[in-house]
Amino acid sequence: MATPVMDKADATGSPEPGFGDSPYITATFRIRRFNPEVSAEATWEDFQIEIDPKERVLDALHKIKWELDGTLTFRRSCAHGICGSDAMRINGKNRLACKTLIKDLNPEKPITVEAIKGLTVLKDLIVDMEPFFQAYRDVMPFLITKETNEPTRERLQSAEDRERFDDTTKCILCAACTSSCPVFWNDGQYFGPAAIVNAHRFIFDSRDEAGEQRLEVLNDRDGVWRCRTTFNCTDACPRGIEVTKAIAEVKRALITRRF
Amino acid sequence: MSTSESTASGIGPVEGASLYSVDNPAPVIEPPRKRTRKSPKSTRGNFEMAAWLFMRLSGVVLVVLVIGHLLIQLVLDGGVSKIGFAFVAGRWASPFWQVWDLLMLWLAMLHGANGLRTVINDYAERANTRLWLKGLLYTATVFTILLGTLVIFTFDPNIR
Repeated sequence: MATPVMDKADATGSPEPGFGDSPYITATFRIRRFNPEVSAEATWEDFQIEIDPKERVLDALHKIKWELDGTLTFRRSCAHGICGSDAMRINGKNRLACKTLIKDLNPEKPITVEAIKGLTVLKDLIVDMEPFFQAYRDVMPFLITKETNEPTRERLQSAEDRERFDDTTKCILCAACTSSCPVFWNDGQYFGPAAIVNAHRFIFDSRDEAGEQRLEVLNDRDGVWRCRTTFNCTDACPRGIEVTKAIAEVKRALITRRF
Repeated sequence: MSTSESTASGIGPVEGASLYSVDNPAPVIEPPRKRTRKSPKSTRGNFEMAAWLFMRLSGVVLVVLVIGHLLIQLVLDGGVSKIGFAFVAGRWASPFWQVWDLLMLWLAMLHGANGLRTVINDYAERANTRLWLKGLLYTATVFTILLGTLVIFTFDPNIR
């Protein structure tokens, strides 16, 4: 990650990167630490590092973990915005650490990093995702057809039919939306935007035949009707899914089905 | 890689002996949406949908009713100064205004009560708090609706 800088320093012949051309800045990361083996309370801890502002928050977390404090704990897998492991609350907004550049965060002030809200924190930035996945499982996120025999040919679908649910296929289950929802924060019983998005993906799939069942699941007291259309989920989604619109479409499907 | 001013400022290390250790970790808050024996199997039904739909429809009707009401009472034809017992008695002599006011009373009360119900559901965390707040809300709603309805239907302009 520092290669271009070293090259430049070598080329100019200066022993260390000069102040004028160094891309490095000193940034403070204020990280919410929690370790149940040390204290029942979570505390803020500041880390000051020198980093290129064009790098991502994940790079900063790596630098802190690898060079300053190995006990810092966070999830990440692919580091390229696809696996959905590193959703966290950065400067008060849910984002993926691997898709957030430091220069976009006003690094003059301390950058706060904390675990996503509404789920139990296990350690530092890691939360228990089980309630989130329980809601996901509840909406049956898999193809269901009425025929019991194995299909003998491909299930064909027109481009228009595929387009109908294209937006909600982009979900990476990072929980940024669900953990930004104030209704979910209250008691965690609301299904949450992510589960509804994934139900939407199958409800509006022309090949699927269990849309009715999924709508019935979401007609729950803690289903789509608890949505207050605050649009927090749409703002939080790192994939740009129009989450609130998807929820509204499920609501509309429930109403048109009944009347 | 070199790092100037390393590590933590702000909060120092935890002082004194910790209560918690690897063998005795701090209690973790119970996760939400955990399936326990007490959690209800399913709360599916059409009530929430009906309530949601009612909010939208009654809202649209209330816009017309309330703005009309405010115009008549406060703006048109002399404004608020014209209102008195005689004005109300004259209006309620017509069944049209009786129905208008009755509809406005019922829709506004139910709309407001349902809105407060969702606020209580969203913000009151303990089951007991919810129970009491909703009990109070429903009592007040029923009382106001019944009293208002009674007055509209039994209004006597010749009362002395």
